[in-house]
Amino acid sequence: MSFERLVFYTFAAILVYAATRVITVRNPVHAALHLVLAFFTCAGLWLLLEAEFLAITLVLVYVGAVMVLFLFVVMMLDINLASLKAGFVRYLPVGATVAALMLLEMILVLKSKGFDAASMPPPVRHAADYSNTRELGSVLYTDYVYPFEIAAVILVVAIIAAIALTLRKRGESKMQNPAEQVKVRREDRVRLVKMAAETRKPAESED
Amino acid sequence: MEESGIIDWIVTGSVILAKILLIVGPLMLGVAYLTFAERKIIGYMQMRVGPNRVGPRGWLQPIADAVKLLMKEVIVPTRSNHYLFVLAPTLTIAPALAAWAVIPFDADTVLADVDASLLYILALTSVGVYGVIIAGWASNSKYAFLSTMRSAAQIVSYEIAMGFALVGVLMAAGSINIGEIVEAQRGSLLHWYWLPLLPLFVIYFISGVAETNRAPFDVAEGESEIVAGFHVEYSGMAFAVFFLAEYANMILIAFLAALLFMGGWLSPFEGIPVLAPMFNWVPGLVWLLLKAGLFLFFYLWFRATFPRYRYDQIMRLGWKVFIPLTIVWLVIEGAAVVGGLGPWFD
Repeated sequence: MSFERLVFYTFAAILVYAATRVITVRNPVHAALHLVLAFFTCAGLWLLLEAEFLAITLVLVYVGAVMVLFLFVVMMLDINLASLKAGFVRYLPVGATVAALMLLEMILVLKSKGFDAASMPPPVRHAADYSNTRELGSVLYTDYVYPFEIAAVILVVAIIAAIALTLRKRGESKMQNPAEQVKVRREDRVRLVKMAAETRKPAESED
Repeated sequence: MEESGIIDWIVTGSVILAKILLIVGPLMLGVAYLTFAERKIIGYMQMRVGPNRVGPRGWLQPIADAVKLLMKEVIVPTRSNHYLFVLAPTLTIAPALAAWAVIPFDADTVLADVDASLLYILALTSVGVYGVIIAGWASNSKYAFLSTMRSAAQIVSYEIAMGFALVGVLMAAGSINIGEIVEAQRGSLLHWYWLPLLPLFVIYFISGVAETNRAPFDVAEGESEIVAGFHVEYSGMAFAVFFLAEYANMILIAFLAALLFMGGWLSPFEGIPVLAPMFNWVPGLVWLLLKAGLFLFFYLWFRATFPRYRYDQIMRLGWKVFIPLTIVWLVIEGAAVVGGLGPWFD
């Protein structure tokens, strides 16, 4: 067994284990952390496919940013596990139907004509100086420049929409105006009052 | 074939292991003496002497500290989450050390010459936040949890500004390999990227200070309001591991600032007629260490100089000042790259 294959099976085993734990573990924080582990091992598998840019981006974006915020929310929620567990039997038929449909779809795709070994040959092994990042960039900014730009514009719109949603006026929100804070002068805060010095006769010493 | 394969594995594995030890050993020593330098320098800045009792002139102080921490009991709080409580320090130190795999110390002196090394470092430093988050949550302590939330928000915010600053560097160098970025700065002191990318350079270093939770951005361990932050429940070696990771990260940021903006191992006298040949004998590693040392001194200087930022000020600085500034400078830089502005972008 080559070293590469050993790495693949190790990562694959960890990935399957982590993915299973995401849905079976009781504590939502643990579930989120297992999802992080799943992303991380998935990035390892992508590295084996010589897709280092995508692998590192997966860690950077999903593990480093998305899951941090996710975990943040999950940690602050006071989730009642009992109410989550209730109604398992009632929802089972719906869940089973969806699962069966997804399984059917995957079988249809994987067994389709365009997906066999003939039309999808194993990827060519590249030399050590092959740059996946450069290849990806040159394709994205030439052949697929319009879809890429459209996706970027949609994302910007989503960002602006999300920011706009937080800008509504709420009674309880407090904010600082830094410009005003910076402009403050001593005279606005402190008033120095000139007073005549008071003289008091020293009391008689006791000793 | 099979037999020689296994021997090959062992040989390759042990060579890599030796290289790792060669990096991690001096790094740990560097961490120990950085804490000593911190106490000494801040001491002198505040008209004190600093530690001077253990060993000659106090030089053995960090060793004494390490021994003391090793001997202390590691206390696990009763109602904490035991697995995660132990996992958190590991998750903090692992990325802090793993990032060093791609740091070049001289031309061709690098453990793993990864093509996307800059991206790799960015990814690993963003993973470091998990140690903080898990530590705060697993401790089952209100102070630790408050600190966790502060620090998670802070690290995620400053990562964006930091990422944009790095985009500027790779636009200028046309590469995301750190070694190639350094070589692209060859020429003279004025060819280094600190000059054409001055705003990005400043933003990068300040974001780095914020990212490592150091003063004046250390709200995550604001002693006066939340005791010591996310590691308040940790003692002994478990605490020491957080400490090691924080300082290893500081050294990493200092090295990166030196490599990406200050010409790395390139001599500062390059291109000057008489001085350049005079300093040719100095190995590149010395220049790199000197430059990184300068940034580490800045870290300590900041801590001695500035009062801690308020939380809303940190967020304002990150989102409303740094990110717009970096975007504006990227546009200017883009124009300069297209226009072939010399001597940097031609």
